[in-house]
Amino acid sequence: MSTIPAQAKTATEEQWLIESLRNGDEAAFALLLERYQVALTRLARMYVSSREVAEEVAQETWLGVLQGLDRFEGRSSLKTWIFTILINCAKTRGQRESRSIPFSAMWNGDAEPYEPAADPERFLPPDHPETPRHWVSFPNNWDTIPEEYLLAQETRAYIEDAIETLAPNQRAVITLRDVEGWTSSEVCNVLGISETHQRVLLHRARSKVRRALEKYFDGKRPSARTT
Amino acid sequence: MTTANELTCQELIELVTEYLEGTLSPTERARFDAHLGTCAGCRTWLEQMRRTIRTLGKLTEESIPPESKQELLQLFRNWKKVS
Ligand SMILES: [Zn+2]
Repeated sequence: MSTIPAQAKTATEEQWLIESLRNGDEAAFALLLERYQVALTRLARMYVSSREVAEEVAQETWLGVLQGLDRFEGRSSLKTWIFTILINCAKTRGQRESRSIPFSAMWNGDAEPYEPAADPERFLPPDHPETPRHWVSFPNNWDTIPEEYLLAQETRAYIEDAIETLAPNQRAVITLRDVEGWTSSEVCNVLGISETHQRVLLHRARSKVRRALEKYFDGKRPSARTT
Repeated sequence: MTTANELTCQELIELVTEYLEGTLSPTERARFDAHLGTCAGCRTWLEQMRRTIRTLGKLTEESIPPESKQELLQLFRNWKKVS
């Protein structure tokens, strides 16, 4: 009864999922849990004080999803709908916890402080006679770093740490876009931000993760050791 | 000699995300490509950004902890009972 139709990843699958849920099919619910629970808690964590609270928020979200199923009209995708419920629950919870960063400030595009993608000292001064604002010395080529190395547990942990230190709004955007593979319009919809603002946040976040990776690689250049 | 029309390296690296998202205007894109064609440093930078993004895309192998799953399935069963 509850077999997942092969290669059905589109609107048809979505309809099948919704129908199955309405009919109380536990396998359909389990599939959604596998797909979204980790991302839901990760995103909730940006609004509330602890992992435990984030899990409560996710639970509250699932309940909201089940209770709202009959009202779901498919005007947005199922995924967008679920995550919108999450954001609402998380915000309410975060406000109750009275976290120090007000959301209006956190998501105000105009209030984004300027952060260059690279240290200005890496460039020649603006009044340089021949090549102003060009590289003082070129960045190191990563071609010699094998792909497996990038995926090693240690590198992954390092990247996770780098993401962890980002401002919450940058963390939300990079997590959804690059880690979860969402489209920019899905992210804008769920977070309620403009395309432009989303791009600024994404750019800053990626630039910082790049910088962290560079620091990591430069600290252990493979050329230094031949093994 | 750099003319006013040419992109500098420092400017280029701030446009990388727009370049990759395909949101630069045709003129800006042409300036971007023109700079890349002559600057190995910026080509390396762009490649580093691409590699960063690729690596981020491979982070998400984490799956739901079994306890959470059980708890949430219980939530589902309870909901089914009352609905
Ligand atoms: Zn350059």
